[in-house]
Amino acid sequence: MSCQELVELVTDYLEDAMPPEERRAFEEHLGICPGCVNYVEQMRKTVATVGVLREDSIPPEARESLLSAFRDWKRQ
Amino acid sequence: MDSYSLRGDLLAEQNEQDLVAALRAGDETAFVALVDRYHPSLVRLARMYVRQPSVAEEVAQETWLAVLNGIDRFEGRSTLKTWLFRILTNRAKTRGERESRSVPFSSIGDPDEPAVDPDSFRPDGDQYPGGWKEFPTPWEGDPEERLLAGEARALILDAIEQLPANQRAVITLRDIEGFDADDVCNVLELSDTNQRVLLHRARSKVRRALEQYLGEVT
Repeated sequence: MSCQELVELVTDYLEDAMPPEERRAFEEHLGICPGCVNYVEQMRKTVATVGVLREDSIPPEARESLLSAFRDWKRQ
Repeated sequence: MDSYSLRGDLLAEQNEQDLVAALRAGDETAFVALVDRYHPSLVRLARMYVRQPSVAEEVAQETWLAVLNGIDRFEGRSTLKTWLFRILTNRAKTRGERESRSVPFSSIGDPDEPAVDPDSFRPDGDQYPGGWKEFPTPWEGDPEERLLAGEARALILDAIEQLPANQRAVITLRDIEGFDADDVCNVLELSDTNQRVLLHRARSKVRRALEQYLGEVT
């Protein structure tokens, strides 16, 4: 497995969606290639970083209007 | 009990039955907790189907009404979260078609879309064909921390915004909203394999954007 092939399999690897043989080849490659170790680590950090992006603000008007829709619904 | 911890407890997956019961009973705290948690996400997802922000907002609002009107019939065959997002995508799709911005979500696009610029690798005929010309270097510290700086945040959001709609939808649900793969397949009606291909392309591009950014600031 070349480095160029490995970078295309990183998601399969992180998702644990690899046949055992491929996984073995992937991990063997990591055992001898610091560049790919760094690459996989960068991908992990990318995932973690995207994970902190979520913004939780709801516009107050939207919240108000949903609340009043809820109260109407409850009265029915 | 302060309302914040109540909210946290209620939204935990293991308490879903309590949440559903609370909604059925007309518990306003439960509804508000759910709306605060998911409304922005619903709007974000709707934007992938409809062009106008105001229409996306409308679709999200309609989704909540559909949830209230349907909660008595909710059987728990999927999680409440998946059910909620399914209602949203169905409605957004209908609106999107009317707006003629229908996104072919099932198509995964260009089959040859490399994760890394092919120029980064040694060519055929080299002693190590397909090997790195230069090893990627470790990123110092956690980019999550640097994200606190608004600049990095804007950069990543922009990278996500540039993605084709189906890749954007998958990375948004998986990595921003924290859905698992099955939920994403369910909500977006994708096969397992296509979900993974789209996720791979999306993450690879965001990685590139981060690499560029981290390269510039260090």
